Amino acid sequence: MNKKSKFNVWDFLFQNKVVLMFLVLCIGATIASKQPLTFVIPELFTRIARNSFIVLSLIIPVIAGMGLNFGIVIGAMAAQVAIFFTTYWGLTGIGGFAATVALSTPIAVFFGFLVGKLFNYMKGNEMIGGLVLGYFAEGLYQLLFLFIFGGVIKLNNSDLMIATGVGVKNTIDLKDTVKYALDTVPMLTIVEVGFYLTLIGLGCSAAFKVVKKQAVDWKAVAVKAVAAAVVYGLTFIKPVERFLSADRLLLLSAVELGCLLTVLWQAFLFARWKMLSKRADEDSILEPLNTQKMIAYVALAAVVYGLTYIPALYKVLIAVKLPVMTYLCIGALCGFNNILMRTRLGQNMRTVGQSRTVANAAGINVDKTRVIAMIFSTVLASWGQLIFLQNVGTLSTYGAHTQVGQFAIAALLVGGASVQNATNKQALLGIVLFHTLFIVSPLAGKELFGDPAIGEYFRVFVSYGVIAMSLAMHAWKKASKPKLESDGEGSAEAA
Amino acid sequence: MEKAKETYVLKMDNIAKEYYGNRVLKGVNLHIRPGEIHALMGENGAGKSTLMNILFGMPVIHTTGGYEGTIEVNGSAVTIDTPLKAMELGIGMVHQEFMLIPGFSVTENIKVGREKSVPNLASRLFGPSMESLDFKAMRKDARKALKTIGLQIEEYVKVAGLPVGYMQFIEIARELDKTGIQILVFDEPTAVLTESEADRLLEAMRVISSQGIAIIFITHRLDEVMAVADSMTILRDGEFVARKEIKDTDVVEIAELMIGRKMEKLVDNDQEDLRAIDDSQIAVSLRDYRVNMPGEQVKGIDLDIKKGEIFGIGGLAGQGKLGIPNGIMGLYKAHGQVKINGQELNLAKLGDALDHKVAFVSEDRRGVGLLLDESIEQNIIFSAMQTNGKFLKKIGWMQLYDAAAGKSHAEEMVKTLDIRCTGIRQPAGALSGGNQQKVCLARALTLEPDILFVSEPTRGIDIGAKKLVLEYLAKLNREQGMTVIIVSSELMELRSVADRIGIVSDGKLACILKPDDSDADFGLAMSGAWKGGRKDA
Amino acid sequence: MRNPLKPLVEKFGLPRVIIVSFFLFLIAAAGMFQMNLMQLLSDCLRRWGMYGILALAMVPAVQCGIGLNFGISMGIVGGLLGGLIVIQFRVAEMPSLVAVHPLFAMWVAVLLAIVIGVLLATGIGYLYGLLLNRVKGSEMTVTTYVGFSIIAFMNMMWMLLPFTDGELIWPNAGKGLRNTISLAASFSNVMNKTLAFTIGGVTVPTGLLLFFFLMCFLVWLFMRSKTGMAMSAAGANPMFATAAGINVNKMRIIGTVLSTVLAAVGILVYAQGFGFIQLYNGPMMMGFTSVAAVLIGGASPRKARIAHVLIGTFLFQGIMALGLPVANQFIPESNLSEVARLIISNGIIIYALSQVKGGSGRE
Repeated sequence: MNKKSKFNVWDFLFQNKVVLMFLVLCIGATIASKQPLTFVIPELFTRIARNSFIVLSLIIPVIAGMGLNFGIVIGAMAAQVAIFFTTYWGLTGIGGFAATVALSTPIAVFFGFLVGKLFNYMKGNEMIGGLVLGYFAEGLYQLLFLFIFGGVIKLNNSDLMIATGVGVKNTIDLKDTVKYALDTVPMLTIVEVGFYLTLIGLGCSAAFKVVKKQAVDWKAVAVKAVAAAVVYGLTFIKPVERFLSADRLLLLSAVELGCLLTVLWQAFLFARWKMLSKRADEDSILEPLNTQKMIAYVALAAVVYGLTYIPALYKVLIAVKLPVMTYLCIGALCGFNNILMRTRLGQNMRTVGQSRTVANAAGINVDKTRVIAMIFSTVLASWGQLIFLQNVGTLSTYGAHTQVGQFAIAALLVGGASVQNATNKQALLGIVLFHTLFIVSPLAGKELFGDPAIGEYFRVFVSYGVIAMSLAMHAWKKASKPKLESDGEGSAEAA
Repeated sequence: MEKAKETYVLKMDNIAKEYYGNRVLKGVNLHIRPGEIHALMGENGAGKSTLMNILFGMPVIHTTGGYEGTIEVNGSAVTIDTPLKAMELGIGMVHQEFMLIPGFSVTENIKVGREKSVPNLASRLFGPSMESLDFKAMRKDARKALKTIGLQIEEYVKVAGLPVGYMQFIEIARELDKTGIQILVFDEPTAVLTESEADRLLEAMRVISSQGIAIIFITHRLDEVMAVADSMTILRDGEFVARKEIKDTDVVEIAELMIGRKMEKLVDNDQEDLRAIDDSQIAVSLRDYRVNMPGEQVKGIDLDIKKGEIFGIGGLAGQGKLGIPNGIMGLYKAHGQVKINGQELNLAKLGDALDHKVAFVSEDRRGVGLLLDESIEQNIIFSAMQTNGKFLKKIGWMQLYDAAAGKSHAEEMVKTLDIRCTGIRQPAGALSGGNQQKVCLARALTLEPDILFVSEPTRGIDIGAKKLVLEYLAKLNREQGMTVIIVSSELMELRSVADRIGIVSDGKLACILKPDDSDADFGLAMSGAWKGGRKDA
Repeated sequence: MRNPLKPLVEKFGLPRVIIVSFFLFLIAAAGMFQMNLMQLLSDCLRRWGMYGILALAMVPAVQCGIGLNFGISMGIVGGLLGGLIVIQFRVAEMPSLVAVHPLFAMWVAVLLAIVIGVLLATGIGYLYGLLLNRVKGSEMTVTTYVGFSIIAFMNMMWMLLPFTDGELIWPNAGKGLRNTISLAASFSNVMNKTLAFTIGGVTVPTGLLLFFFLMCFLVWLFMRSKTGMAMSAAGANPMFATAAGINVNKMRIIGTVLSTVLAAVGILVYAQGFGFIQLYNGPMMMGFTSVAAVLIGGASPRKARIAHVLIGTFLFQGIMALGLPVANQFIPESNLSEVARLIISNGIIIYALSQVKGGSGRE
């Protein structure tokens, strides 16, 4: 109990050693690269938008005890097969993007199912299995794109196919089709669609209950509907409408909005607590309000807002424009990861991940749960790859997917995750650190050694090295665990 | 109380079970009244676990041809063919090894697999597995279950940091939380607990039974049975021996019933005993000897084994008898003083026992005793080659395997020990249990040891091979003067060949007995009635 | 009617049956297209000798219990350094050596490279073995990534190491070592050319094959020595070995060192046959190729024999040698054979992994 009250600095440093090491490395490399923050930060935010989704797709298999899913490469392949077809059919814009997602999902579900089935044959070897499986799938992918497209399935499109008619070109330009399809969805549309979706959701929920003859809390439904309508109504106010009609959000505005929302949220919490405490009965346990924490949040929001007036920061903040829809998708996935863990299925996944024996004894279908986790991860990875591709704007047919697993996993680990434990926070932190290193290391290499190639090799080494280290540490812990236990018994014995 | 009525919550009658032609249960009865604590006793291999497997409808029973006999729960006949069925009938089990997840909170562990949840929009679309968990209701249930057994811990703490004793209670709480629980089986629950924790557990058992839940208590410890049980059933060799009310019996009678009066002769001792055993010549001397072998801990033993005798080490499984030879051979970490023929053994140095001419035939034939994929020849010559440098020829600086010498020795051994095989090239894994044991013995003998440790020499081999192995051990002792130490769970076999028998209980030497001492003495020694105490003989 | 193929499939495993059938199909196809079978056979022999020793490096690794060693790049790096040092000092062009015979000078060069490589690999292998003893049960996953990491690390080193010879570094202003370094002036094809003869259109690279067989023989001898047998026992059943007084960890280190050393020798033999040293990401996937070869030959993650190396390398490299020209007959200028390599080599590894039940436990 005393441990908690005494905050141990060394423990904190030790537990976060990976993150801290990379933090130092990033700062050092950024300084060495002699690049202004106005260059590094916007670049970083572009990369966060591109890569976060796919890194977040790694979390579910980690929780289900299947380790780092090197098989997400296969999800990326599913995405590329889908995007090839929609490009061939000439679908464009957000509609084209939606069609691509719709097409890639069943493919990814199927692939994920197969991968999950296979992984059930190699329990304990999923990681090496996934890696090799990625290479194996690479062979099949090349077979499909080089020989079957055009060779077996006749495709007539000189933009996509090699001159001989057999095989797909090395790069496919997405400029006229789905480039920025997701990034450029205006905020106004998002709010509008969100409003209708809320209404539909409320309606469906109520309808289900009516059909099942359960009581419906009409008052709550009405309150929610009205709240949604009010938010939607706000968009008809001219200045708001003008602000929302853009598709990118200035980082400055995002920070300001964030501060505002934090304050409003704390106020809401306070108000709700007041209301609940008035009609509290003994049965419900009302958690005491942590006023200190609330004040800290509000203060933090104020400080952050104040910081935006520092000229150097201001310059950076107005240089970055966030693609709203993409960031919303990333946020939604974070939310999904959290909500899933609070469902029956998620709890089963956690149980399976912690101990397959216990899960079996508790009547959980271990194999099925693992397959489902794999399907989730593969589908999310395929969506993540689509987000990546629409932002990049070109599809490198034979190269876009090859390093996906490698870099996503490295990023996750840099954020402090391990083979058995990964969270949204670690994923996002990892992306920031890893991609900062990615941006600045060639430049730092050039400044320090006179050759950018060294920096490039360095970042590749980092991505391999961090994975090797993490895997070795995990294996080390696993191998020495039984020993520790018996040692423990021995010492208890001696005492 | 209302004995005249004799209502039983569980009645198992004439239960019989065969595994591949081997009858392990021969018409056993088990009758449990509601709310009583019923002890189920017997030696290892008496059939307790098979009986429990039948009660739980474990797959291992039904994939091997099912069982005979009838089971009644609350007076109506039932067939239990899956663990789920057992659960539905209100039969629960507290496992010996904890089925808990350290990273989960107490609540999550209690509700694992049976979480409470509320439907939401997603679950209506995709099925009940998407329902969100109702943590509040789950916490309430957990608190209720914990209250029942009187455990004062917060239900939201993680299991990881809790003491071992608490974990057992959480297991119990989980079983109690299952709806309609009527019978709870405790499988040697006190084996891993300290004394005070065990006392608390027994107290909790009384509380549970007072609420009308019957308890089947599987244990070896007589004192615990006397302390807490209302009645008991004793099994021996798959046979039903007796059902007794605790108040009508005493420790000595129970011990006798467990061991039984049957005394077959396993070995024909037609050879004249010409040995002159000198009490001052000590072959193996142990002082404060401790071995850290999981599941077979040795917790400080002092013992002298005389040169030229056959010494038996007996005791129930898990009490530590197997740890003794395994520690000496360096397979598990050992401490204390070990002297072989007066010379002290360096326990930290691997292979030091081998250098002191000690050989060992392991109880785990397939795991430790053999290279299953390698030939009989390889298995026989291996240790002697590595330890004594036999079967090697020098070419330049290299020491290569001398195939001719190895082959002739292996063939000789196959002939002497009558190992049934297609040839010395046959992989050891393809042999029958008895022949595998002979190969292990052959390897030990190739080392030409002074002292031979044989662990469970007859486990899993048929009666004919059993006799042959034991007779051969006796012959080695008589003819070559080899000191033989046999570690075995089968008292009968120890009593038929050994000169003296040490009984190990709870990691300590309970006493040293003579083969013709009374059954009650053996029974009491093995059941921990003389914990670390009485020494004579 | 029972399927007559069934016992065959059960004995060798489906993938192996497919691979052998594929090999036979390729020979038939090559015959049908009236290709020069003799020349193709020569190519098979050459590749067999070139890749053989790298595959041989799997035998001590598997036998000592660390499983399939995806991390032979550790040894490869040592071998490459040996080769580079020999080129740097222009050993093959030393007048005193060339005076005896040019081929003699080349042999001295390649053997010196091998000696340096072996020394370096011994050190690396020892450290590598220490690491692997800490990660028992997950060796394969760890070795793969440690192997990748060392390649990535050496990529930086190749830029920074102080080599100066014109053959080695980029001409003009570039920094660091070249991607591909020609061995024409040092020891290119020295083994292939020694005692080579042509019989009925088939060129037999006698020196290369003799060297390969010599290595196989040495490993075979080692496996029959006291230490070798102790090592195999330690790998097959650690508890058994411990009971016989064998230090299992030491045996695993011996096996790892041996595997790493063989990889160093293997890469130099490969390089001399190829005529070039490939740096940077060139040797990245060598581990996978070698693992696939022994698996095709019938090895498993628990057991590998010399025969598996001989058969496996011949089959695998045979398919590669035949595959390219045959594929070109179907689709000109395609890299169908590269696709086949990916599918075959990784397919067999996946198959082997899915056969391992419950990780690294006994039985």
